[in-house]
Amino acid sequence: MEEIKLMKGNEAIAHAAIRYGFDGYFGYPITPQSEVLETLEALMPWETTGMVVLQAESEVAAINMVYGGASTGKKVMTSSSSPGVSLKQEGISYIAGAELPALIINVMRGGPGLGTIQPSQADYFQATKGGGHGDYHLIVLSPATVQEMVDFVGLGMDLAFKYRTPAMLLADGIVGQMMEKVRLPEFRPRRTDDEVRQQCPWAATGKHGRKKRNVITSLELESAAMEKNNERLQETYRKISENEVRFQEYYTDDAEYLIVAFGTVARIALKAIEEARESGLKIGLLRPITLWPFCSARIAELSKQVKGILTVELNAGQMIEDVRLAVNGSVPVYHYGRMGGMIPTPGEIMDAFKADFPDAVK
Amino acid sequence: MKEEIIIAGFGGQGVLSMGKILAYGALMNGSEVTWMPAYGPEQRGGTANVTVIVSDKPISSPIVDSYDTAVILNQQSLDKFESKVKPGGTLIYDPYGIHRPPTRTDITIVPVNATDEAIALGNSKTYNMLLLGALLKVRNLIPDEAIIRGLEKTLPERHHHLIPLNREAIDRGKKLVK
Repeated sequence: MEEIKLMKGNEAIAHAAIRYGFDGYFGYPITPQSEVLETLEALMPWETTGMVVLQAESEVAAINMVYGGASTGKKVMTSSSSPGVSLKQEGISYIAGAELPALIINVMRGGPGLGTIQPSQADYFQATKGGGHGDYHLIVLSPATVQEMVDFVGLGMDLAFKYRTPAMLLADGIVGQMMEKVRLPEFRPRRTDDEVRQQCPWAATGKHGRKKRNVITSLELESAAMEKNNERLQETYRKISENEVRFQEYYTDDAEYLIVAFGTVARIALKAIEEARESGLKIGLLRPITLWPFCSARIAELSKQVKGILTVELNAGQMIEDVRLAVNGSVPVYHYGRMGGMIPTPGEIMDAFKADFPDAVK
Repeated sequence: MKEEIIIAGFGGQGVLSMGKILAYGALMNGSEVTWMPAYGPEQRGGTANVTVIVSDKPISSPIVDSYDTAVILNQQSLDKFESKVKPGGTLIYDPYGIHRPPTRTDITIVPVNATDEAIALGNSKTYNMLLLGALLKVRNLIPDEAIIRGLEKTLPERHHHLIPLNREAIDRGKKLVK
């Protein structure tokens, strides 16, 4: 039965993981996402669906437990916040290299280093450009509402299995900590061992009559074979780029200027735009939902229509590099950002817009 | 209808739970809501505040520049948020411990002696419900029945025997508004 509740984004992730029939969660507490593990422990899914919830001894242990669980075709996840996600990068690279599905959640806080516990989007580069070593990508989903925290847990895992590649839900601390209305999905049963064997013929589930055993590894000592592995990965990334770009637009029909923002910041920008439109300023909003693959084609199209673009981010200017690549110099692209856990208000965003585009308000 | 509310005071005064009960009550009444805490290394005695937005349309930003209504429980919060109440808006505050009272003349200022009343009631934990009562009296946001349903949803079941006490505190809070 569908249920409407008021809850934090972090709590919603925990409910979603159980309801989408996940097999295991492995994590280690860190603010601002500790409620994920806390809620899972309070809900005790091991007594109902049989889902494993385990507080590991460290982030490194947790991601390697995910690696192990994913190798057997199970739906497994981990969650952390920025410093903890840095610790997981080696494991994430191995999971990508071994072509395994998994869901990794980063509820970002201000950095670098231990930084602060307040909201940030400063891990955009890390999430979309690799993070760990080697040529790989994650499918990166950016939720802006508590509802999307729920929906993208399901979507992220589905995409991870569809392409056999790890997916990341990259949330800012705002949507982790805020509460809003959320519709929880109906319970999906966890897959049986037979279903896992059928749907994941690559998984390490025992031979069961197969002639060859499945070996899960990212290691290949023959360069020529390793290049083939890389080509296979790149082919997967090409397919993902072709099929899975997601974004949302507001007021772009008649827009003369464009703001590009992701996550909760897009909502703050939307309020700024709605207020600006009352005074006749025709600004549109583009919110990338997948940060990788990025909506470059749509931005290139919109760059032919608008006089300028402002990116708003909780960082020093990271997504702006992808926007500039898409625009390829055809219109000016400026950045407005707050760092270290500070959050801009709609008014501050509009002040930045007016400073960058004085002609717009003449 | 859209109401942007800030509730601000010390950690331990029940600021976040007051906001949650208000938000859950509004949700039970069919509204859209956001509840956004200024989260930090919270501790009893530190400052705490929460922005609650109640609207009959989907809410874009959970972060706003200014507020329709502010519920202020200490001097630091009054200093910070008095100027952020929209012209024509409402500022509800507890005068206890306030040595620089609000001075604006373009907003409605409502002092509510909630600390004194909580002491008279002999139960300091009803403090935030007294203020919630005052807020609901001044700003007719949601019916009492929805707030009670919000309480039922917010309190764990083992504490449901406290609902009549909270309800009484909400009623007493309404009477504190002169």
